[in-house]
Amino acid sequence: MQNMRHIFSIFADYLSQYFKTRLAYRTDFIGDFVSNLVSELINLIFIIVVFTHVPLMGDWTRDEIIFIYGFFLVPYALFSMFFGFWDFNERYIIRGEMDRILTRPIHNLAQVCLESIAPDRIFGVITGIIIMGYAAIQLDLSFYWYDVFIFIGLSISGALIYGGVYTAIAAVSFFSDSRTGIAPMIYNIQQYGRYPVDVYNKAIRFVLTYVLPFAFVGVYPAAYFLRKEVWYTYAAMTPVVAVIFFGIGLIVWNWGVTKYRGAGS
Amino acid sequence: MRKLYMELIRMRFLTMLAYRVNYYSGIIIYAINIGAYYFLWGAIYGGQQQLGGLTVEQMTSYVAIAWMSRAFYFNNIDTEIAQDVREGKVAIEMIRPYNYLSVKTAQAFGEGIFRFLFFAGPGIFLISLIIPFSFPATASGWGLYLISLMCAFLINTQINLVTGLLTFFLFRNDGMMRAKRVVVDLLSGLVLPISFFPGWAQTVMGYLPFQAVNYYPSLIFTGAITTQRSWELIGFQVIWMFVILVPILVMWRLARNKLVVQGG
Repeated sequence: MQNMRHIFSIFADYLSQYFKTRLAYRTDFIGDFVSNLVSELINLIFIIVVFTHVPLMGDWTRDEIIFIYGFFLVPYALFSMFFGFWDFNERYIIRGEMDRILTRPIHNLAQVCLESIAPDRIFGVITGIIIMGYAAIQLDLSFYWYDVFIFIGLSISGALIYGGVYTAIAAVSFFSDSRTGIAPMIYNIQQYGRYPVDVYNKAIRFVLTYVLPFAFVGVYPAAYFLRKEVWYTYAAMTPVVAVIFFGIGLIVWNWGVTKYRGAGS
Repeated sequence: MRKLYMELIRMRFLTMLAYRVNYYSGIIIYAINIGAYYFLWGAIYGGQQQLGGLTVEQMTSYVAIAWMSRAFYFNNIDTEIAQDVREGKVAIEMIRPYNYLSVKTAQAFGEGIFRFLFFAGPGIFLISLIIPFSFPATASGWGLYLISLMCAFLINTQINLVTGLLTFFLFRNDGMMRAKRVVVDLLSGLVLPISFFPGWAQTVMGYLPFQAVNYYPSLIFTGAITTQRSWELIGFQVIWMFVILVPILVMWRLARNKLVVQGG
């Protein structure tokens, strides 16, 4: 426990350093902010434009789909804030930076997360909540006081699912020490979680539930707030899935570290 | 001179070939994306016969071919330029006896040919086995598509040159380059055919070069338009190529006087 407290205090220190370095290149800071916002809104535009032509997708209405998308943005933003090592393979394996990481006193995964932390991604949470708020008003949804806590719990679970899968994938680099290009693959798969899984065929639905459980980041938990009782069991399973998959991620990572040989100079 | 550029294209082609894992993961990425949109559109069409002027079959062909065209025209030369500027390598590039921007274009072309042969080719074949897919019926249909695709590559590369050159003035513009990528994907008609957008949006997009990057060649491929109209679209693409050349030349001239090497 002492150890965890230590890690969190270091996170705070890195955060303040982060903002100092970010503000040195102000145009890029703004550019990043705008680019994140643009990519979030573009998916929204897709949904809105499509629904000017059709009333339903599967049996979901426009505002339900928008709500799911808004929800999805929250765990996704949390994930990309803390697991920003998109270039892990390139930066730590090929250039040999991992050697340095292993000499640091805290757990090596925490150290890698620290160095690539991206706090400005937190704006994604705000965008997500605004989008959800809009959809909730349109749908006339009502919430209980405890829904706030459920929302926080499900969002963190979602972020952990991404985190676990991503950590496991990044750990593959330890075994191959050449370029893998797997990270962009995951980046592309995550978009499946944004839409109701029942629009896909059975095989994809199975993958999204049990293999790469990205449906637990968007549709399933969002279905709870949309009061779709068919999906309640899945929504309730979200934290369990999070623990399992983050655990797998950690195990694979730790195993990978023991296989690391140091490729760079 | 021509030999030099041929060599550059060949070198990039071989480099792409060397990183094979990258290649496999690339195939999977395209499969994932095409699959996602295929099912999504299936659900969107539901029982409807026609949306935005396209039937379900034309739509699935459109999605597949739009991604395959992207495999050819897509490149990251703007991030490469940005990296060269930041690391100071660009100073060396500038004193070499060739034109830096043409070199970058040649490299992008090598990459494009690689993806077209090893990615789009087999990809389209596999897709045609799984989902209903219609190829252009005539040789002239194919010819028009390939001409249009080549123009699309040049326009997209020019857009990348513009954003890449901005690094000379902004020092860091990774955020902007990423935003550009998603904007191009949307406005070029990759995720959504232009005919789906509301009228006013289509008018606005008519004044932008992005639909020349993907919508035009993809539309020509699906056979939803006449030969006459295809030539018109190719004409628009050529006009855009000349228009975008202007800011590139101006910025390149300014950049050479303004270069601040930060690393190196």
